[in-house]
Amino acid sequence: MADPTMSEPFAAERREIVRDSLGVGVATGLYGVSFGAVSVAAGLSVVQTCTLSLVMFTGASQFAFVGVAAAGGAPLSGALTALMLGTRNTLYGLKLAPLLAFRGWRRAATAQLVIDESTAMSMTRESRGEARTAFLTTGLSVFVLWNTFTLVGAVAGNLIGNPRTYGLDAAVGGAFLALLWPRLADPRNRVIAVCAAAVALGVVPVTTAGVPVLIAGGVALLAGLLTRSATDPTELPGR
Amino acid sequence: MTWLAILGAGVGCYLLKLAGVSLPARALEHPVVERVADVMPVALLAALVAVQVFADGTELTIDARAAGLAAAVVALLLRAPFLVVVFVAATTAALLRVVFPGW
Repeated sequence: MADPTMSEPFAAERREIVRDSLGVGVATGLYGVSFGAVSVAAGLSVVQTCTLSLVMFTGASQFAFVGVAAAGGAPLSGALTALMLGTRNTLYGLKLAPLLAFRGWRRAATAQLVIDESTAMSMTRESRGEARTAFLTTGLSVFVLWNTFTLVGAVAGNLIGNPRTYGLDAAVGGAFLALLWPRLADPRNRVIAVCAAAVALGVVPVTTAGVPVLIAGGVALLAGLLTRSATDPTELPGR
Repeated sequence: MTWLAILGAGVGCYLLKLAGVSLPARALEHPVVERVADVMPVALLAALVAVQVFADGTELTIDARAAGLAAAVVALLLRAPFLVVVFVAATTAALLRVVFPGW
């Protein structure tokens, strides 16, 4: 990747970045169809479903929002879960900002494209130009396709009748597991996942739908705060 | 109420992104923030999997959704792409319900 003779292979490298980014964009955008179908099955209208994809535009949060709605939870619980999941995009943005260096309206416009895929594709680039190419190609292709296929899925989902017949309720669990899967490579994350699942199921009988997930998130927050001294013995108070 | 939640959470998620690209890089440069941000998606997604599959209102149940999840695990172990995993989970549950209606 780090080629010292930059001028000649530059165009070829740029083409390769565009091709890889479009590949990720198409693969990600296509599964907007599953979000669209699951969302209308959860009782949201086609317009509400498409609004989520346009305005929220971050897959895990969107699935969480409609997942809580499907379980009969309060919209506020769904909104809070979506926002908690959305905080990771803030971290992505902090890491991307010096790399991309967009200013003014460009920064406000491109902020919407800060998602898992665009971050992963641009973080490792050698130059600002390459990072911007990867970020914009991935982000825009996901945005266009995700929104298009959300509409397709929502319209199709509305036509097929009872979603349980097609196992759409089981599709949601599968979708969350697929989003979680890459993070389970880390053994510590596997422990966290099992604990969070146990906590959430443990409080299901004593809370309303949507709340167990928020409680699991709260426990994770506490764990993150409390493990501080254990994982960072060298950290000085006040730094 | 649903619209309010959709727009509130949607705009909120955009503002979380905008804050990230606007704040100085050092603003949240703290090990605790990094760790919580690392742990949070894992915990939330795992809780969502559990609740989506094993909860029915305020009861815990095992039905066709659990079989769908097991099929999804197999698909993921075989490195299937996202859409295939979702399709396999749904189809497994749907087929089981053909055999055992009401499951």
